[in-house]
Amino acid sequence: MTITVYVPQDSSAISVGADQVAAKLAKLDDVEIVRNGSRGLFWLEPMVEVETDLGRVAYGPVGVGDIDSLVEQDLLKGEQEHPLSLGLTEEIPFLKKQQRLTFKRAGIIDPTDLVSYQTHGGYVGLKRAITMTSQECVDEVKESGLRGRGGAAFPTGIKWQTVHDAPGKKKYIVCNADEGDSGTYADRLQMEADPFGLIEGMTIAAIAVGADKGYIYLREEYPHAHLRLNEAIEKALAANLLGDNILGSGHNFDLEVRLGAKSYICGEETALLESLEGKRGVVRAKPPLPALEGLFGKPTVVNNVLSLSTISIIFEAGAKAYADFGMGRSRGTMPFQLAGNLNQCGLVELAFGVSLNELLNDFGGGSASDKPLRAVQCGGPLGTYLPESQWGIEMDYETLAGTGGVLGHGGIVAFDSSVDMSAQARFSMEFCAEESCGKCTPCRIGATRGAETIDKIRANRDRHANIALLESLCKTMEGGSLCAMGGMTPFPVKSALEHFSEDFYKEPVSSSNAGQTTYQSSGSTTEISIDSIKKAGTSS
Amino acid sequence: MIANTKQQAVLNAIEENKNLEGPLLPILHRIQNDLGHIPSEHVGDIANALNLSRAEVHGVITFYHSFKSEAHGKHIIEVCRAESCQAKGGRAIEAAVKAKLGIDYEQTTSDGAITLEPVYCLGNCACSPAIKIDTQIYGRVTEESLSDLIDSIKAGQH
Ligand SMILES: Cc1cc2nc3c(=O)[nH]c(=O)nc-3n(C[C@H](O)[C@H](O)[C@H](O)COP(=O)(O)O)c2cc1C
Ligand code: SF4
Ligand code: FES
Repeated sequence: MTITVYVPQDSSAISVGADQVAAKLAKLDDVEIVRNGSRGLFWLEPMVEVETDLGRVAYGPVGVGDIDSLVEQDLLKGEQEHPLSLGLTEEIPFLKKQQRLTFKRAGIIDPTDLVSYQTHGGYVGLKRAITMTSQECVDEVKESGLRGRGGAAFPTGIKWQTVHDAPGKKKYIVCNADEGDSGTYADRLQMEADPFGLIEGMTIAAIAVGADKGYIYLREEYPHAHLRLNEAIEKALAANLLGDNILGSGHNFDLEVRLGAKSYICGEETALLESLEGKRGVVRAKPPLPALEGLFGKPTVVNNVLSLSTISIIFEAGAKAYADFGMGRSRGTMPFQLAGNLNQCGLVELAFGVSLNELLNDFGGGSASDKPLRAVQCGGPLGTYLPESQWGIEMDYETLAGTGGVLGHGGIVAFDSSVDMSAQARFSMEFCAEESCGKCTPCRIGATRGAETIDKIRANRDRHANIALLESLCKTMEGGSLCAMGGMTPFPVKSALEHFSEDFYKEPVSSSNAGQTTYQSSGSTTEISIDSIKKAGTSS
Repeated sequence: MIANTKQQAVLNAIEENKNLEGPLLPILHRIQNDLGHIPSEHVGDIANALNLSRAEVHGVITFYHSFKSEAHGKHIIEVCRAESCQAKGGRAIEAAVKAKLGIDYEQTTSDGAITLEPVYCLGNCACSPAIKIDTQIYGRVTEESLSDLIDSIKAGQH
C-alpha cells in the first residue's frame, strides 16, 4: 500500500531544508510525496505529515539527518515514539486554537491541484456569484464587513461600489501582492499554499464591478509564489474558470502576474499603479481615487492578497457567517503573523479581539532567547513599538488606533531586552530615507535628517536639543507628507522615544564620532533646515 | 561579438514584451535576468521601441533597486536588514558577512565572485535571520552556517 507523506514546498520550509527532506523521503519504498503548502507552524518546519487511518500525523522540525531514525521508529505507520513526533496535526494546540477561514486550506492541499481545491470548498463561491447580479455581489461584500487587509482597513464593499458605479467599459482588478512590511508573510503563505483562493476572489471581484482584466503585482522577492500563481492561472484557464465566458456565465476575465522590482513604496496603491504602467513608483495625489481613475486612468479595484482571498470564503460561506466573527467594526478574522524573537513563530488566524499577550505567550510561546521580551512592533515598519504595559490590548483596528498604533497587515515582531530602541528608531528613519519615492521634502530629506539627529542623540551630542529637534521633525513629517511612508515613519520613532526613552540616554557605544569637541550643534542652523523642509512641503 | 549578444538580448526582451500593457518593467526584468544588468548603451533602444525618452527609461532603471546599470558578481548574497531579522541577531549576521567577504553593501569581491546587497524582508520572518543567495532563501542562519555557505560558493559548489 502506498503511503502519502506531505512535505511543504513553502519557501520558508525550503529555506530550512524541506527540499532535501522531501528528496530523501522520496527514496523510500511505497511512499507518495505530496508537496503541500505550509500550515504556517513555521518553527516546526520542515514539518512532515503522514496520512494514517486516524488522520494526518506530524513530525518536526525534521532535518535530513533525522529521517533514518524516524523511519526506524515507524514514521510510515504514523508511530509517535520519536522525539520529533507531534501527534495528530489538527490537535497541535497552536493550530487547534485558531479560527481558520482565509487560511482554511493552507497546508492541507497540494496548492495547484484544482480537484483538491474544489474538494475543500473551492469555486463554490464563484458558482454562487455568477447566479447573482453585480449589485448583489457588491452587497454581499458590504454585509460581510470585510475591511482591507493590506493596512489601511478601508471597507472593501464601499470601494467595490465606487468601481461598480463608475462609468466606462474598461475596468481593472489589481491585487496588491507587494507585501513589503517586514515581519509579515501571510500573503506569501496564502499565494504559495492556496493560489486558487486568490484567483477565485479576483474573479468574483471582476464579476461584481464589471472588470475583464486583472493583474497581480507580486514582489520580486517571492519567486515561489510566482511559480505557484502562474501554474494555478494556467489550470484555471484550462478549466474555463478564467478567460472567456467563464463557466458559461458570459463573463470574461483575464489574469496576469507582474513582478515588482524591489521598492517598498510600490506597495502603496497609487505608486503600484504607476509601476504597473511602467513608470517610476511615485505616489499619486488623491483625488482622483484609483477606484475612479486607476490603472491607465480606468476605474480600478486595488485590494490586498488577503482581502481578495477572503472574498472566496465569504461567497462560499455567506456574508453573515463571516461577519459573525470579530468585534465592533472589525468583522471576521485576522491573520496575525508572529515574527522576531518568539519560540513559536507562525501564522495565527483568529477573530479580531484576541489580546497581544495571548498571541505572544499562548501562541508565540514567549521569548526565544534567555532574555525576557521587551518591545513589540505591530503593523510593519511604520507601526509603533509597544512596551509590556500595552500588551493586554485587544487586537482590532480601533483599539490599536486608540493607542496611536496600527494593526496594518497583522505583523507582530517581538524583541528581547537586548534591543537598543534608539537603534530601532534610527533604522525606521533610515528605511524611510532609503525607500521614499522622493515626492515630498519632509519624507525625502526629513528622514535623512532624522537618522542624523538620532546619531547625534546616541553620540550624546547636545542630547536635549536634538531630542526636541527630532520631535519637531516627526511633526513636520506627519503633517507634510503625501502618504503614510513619510506620515507614519514617526510612529515607531516617537513610540521608542516615549516608552523606551532610557535607550536614548545611554553612554555612547562607539567612539568614532562621539565626544568631538569641534562639533557645533547650532540650534539655529537646524531650525532653518526644518523650516525649509516645511516650506518646501509636498510641492517639490 | 559580446556587443552583439547584448544587443540581441535587449531586442528579444523588447520583442517579447512590447505588446503588453505597461511593457517597460517586464522588458527591464527580462534584460536584467539575461544579462545581469541593463547596459546603458542600450537604453536608447528600449526608449525608441516604446516611444519614450532615454531620460524616462533611465529614470525608471535608477528608481528600482532591482535594476542595475553595472554588471554584478557571479553570485549575489542578499542579507535581510529588516526588523524581524534584527530581533534574531540579523545585525551580527550583516557584520559577519561583510567581514568575511571584505566588502560593504553594493560592492563585489575583487575576484568578481560575490556581490553583497541589502534586502528589506524576504517574507521569511518566521525563520529569521534570513539571507538569499541567488534564487535560494536560507532561514535560521547562524554565523557558522553563513560562513559555510560562503565557503561553498567560493569552492564553486553553489
Ligand atoms: C508606504 C505604503 C506601503 C504599502 N504597502 C502595501 C503592501 O505591501 N501591500 C498591501 O496590500 N498594501 C500596502 N499598502 C496599502 C495600499 O496603499 C492599499 O491601501 C491597499 O493595497 C488596499 O487594499 P486593501 O483595501 O485590500 O487593503 C501600503 C501603503 C503605504 C502607504
Ligand atoms: S510621503 Fe514619502 S513616499 Fe509618500 S509620497 Fe511623499 S515622498 Fe513619496
Ligand atoms: S524581516 Fe527578515 S525576512 Fe522578514
